Amino acid sequence: MAELAETAEAASPQGEAAGTPAVKTIELTKRFGRTVALAGLSMTVPRGEVFGFLGPNGAGKTTAVKLLLGLLKPTSGEGWLLGRPVGDLATRRRIGYLPELFRYQGWLSAAEVLALHCELAPLPRSSWKDEISSTLETVGLSDRAGDHVSTFSKGMQQRLGLGAALLGEPELVFLDEPTSALDPVGRHDVREIIRGLASRGTAVFLNSHLLSEVEQVCDRVAVVDHGRVIASGTMDELLGGTAVRVRAAGLTLADKNRLLTFGRIDDEGDQLTFASLDPERVPELVASIVSMGGRVYEVAPRHQTLEDRFLQLLEDEERP
Amino acid sequence: MPAVLVMARLTVQESSRRRLLLALLILTLIVVGVSAWGFNKITTVTRSDGTPLPPEQVSLITSQLLIVVTFMFSGVLALSAAVVAGPLISSEVESGLLLAMLARPVRRSEVVIGKWLGLALLVAIYAAGAGGLELAAVDWATGYLPPHPIDLIVYVAADGLVLLSLGMLLSTRLSGITAGVIALVAWLMAWIAGVVGDIGTGLQNQALQNVGVVSHLLLPSDGLWRGAIYAMEPDTLIAAMRALGTAGRANPFAAVDPPPIEFLAWVIFWFAIVLGASVWSFRTREI
Repeated sequence: MAELAETAEAASPQGEAAGTPAVKTIELTKRFGRTVALAGLSMTVPRGEVFGFLGPNGAGKTTAVKLLLGLLKPTSGEGWLLGRPVGDLATRRRIGYLPELFRYQGWLSAAEVLALHCELAPLPRSSWKDEISSTLETVGLSDRAGDHVSTFSKGMQQRLGLGAALLGEPELVFLDEPTSALDPVGRHDVREIIRGLASRGTAVFLNSHLLSEVEQVCDRVAVVDHGRVIASGTMDELLGGTAVRVRAAGLTLADKNRLLTFGRIDDEGDQLTFASLDPERVPELVASIVSMGGRVYEVAPRHQTLEDRFLQLLEDEERP
Repeated sequence: MPAVLVMARLTVQESSRRRLLLALLILTLIVVGVSAWGFNKITTVTRSDGTPLPPEQVSLITSQLLIVVTFMFSGVLALSAAVVAGPLISSEVESGLLLAMLARPVRRSEVVIGKWLGLALLVAIYAAGAGGLELAAVDWATGYLPPHPIDLIVYVAADGLVLLSLGMLLSTRLSGITAGVIALVAWLMAWIAGVVGDIGTGLQNQALQNVGVVSHLLLPSDGLWRGAIYAMEPDTLIAAMRALGTAGRANPFAAVDPPPIEFLAWVIFWFAIVLGASVWSFRTREI
């Protein structure tokens, strides 16, 4: 195949920008031999939004990002970034990318790696110094600017990769599992960075399986499994249901199976969480438990979390 | 700076920072120093009657020894080029190093050509530097300078570039160690096939001669090495070998004629084909 549309023709930097979505795909499909990595992905990511792309390991998340960046060629389907066809060379000037498999030249210093990306971006040389300095500050590596990357921990290398993705104020940033090597402080920092990007209008495509992370920063999510989007929408649309946590003793496994008529149960011994249950059915649920000989100590309805919804979606998918 | 030159600069910078250049420099200085001492000993050799060897004989011995030493230099250069080129692209794909870079507005052809240019520059500098140093040392030790020193360096450098190009082509698809090993084996096979061709010439056997011709076309490293040999031989030696007829051509460390112009044209075409194939192969690779 020819490399993905290596057309160097200039995309008008701002012209078509406003009206077009940050990412749009129609039936984007990728097969590796017999394996379907992505099966007809159709989605739209509006400008300036933080978009969470969720899925279990091997669901096709990284494949989707690589297709969008032109690192893989789709088997079929189409995609556009910032209004230009996927693979357009000029559009890549306006995009940042932190790969899942992040690795940078160990024999360069952190500042030199960023300078290299400034050069390839390409950014005006006069802006490099300020750009590098502010980026190192943002990702918390200012005091290691002159150190070789080979001396960095995995977490620091991931911070550096995040910094490289932020250079030049891109209009769209792809972050593929951006906190996989970070400690809790680092994860908090990344969330702040993502919020900062959103506040200045940058669209963020966040690949992650860390649901709490996505829940905290994303405006919109799509859940992908086995290469297909099984649900998508804003967080409010997706998490409209109520979850009910029940603490009850004296229930056998058979009793719990009978309670499945109330929906999917997250069974943690005496603590049962009904992932999606209409609050109107709570009295009926309690009555059922009591009739089975169970002793109810606590019933706590709460808003459904992304984890509740995610697990429910995956279970629905696997149900024949 | 255009992306292709950035990639070239990065390749040179990496070789320097990883101390490859320093290692080669130190090893070269040691080899040149030891060989200068050895060459100097030739001038102290005496005949059975105690008289020193005549200058013609010193030149002849020196030229033969120089061919052997240059074979080693050429071998080191070719092997180093293959070992360095083997992982040139594959290792960066496997490690993920290229992912973030290829998401920039950089063509894959610029990555391939840039990396080739960077290493080609190092090969050329090494061939010129080490070759010039060795020739200066031999001249100092014996007063002998081969008849075509510039041609010699160009042929040795081109030999290294052939292995660099082959290693890089393989590196676009195969793992570093596999690409490097295949390039090394191909280089040795080409040399042996060249020797087989020489034997065919000596025996006037067309089939064996064809082995040499075909190997020179597939991998021109041995053909270029013959050009380097020719550039080192004194005219008297060439005349003597020509007088021997086909028997004089059956020597893997001798060349009676310079490489034909058609072969040199083919070498340029060969580089174009291999570089073009490398670009195509990397452009069509999924990362």
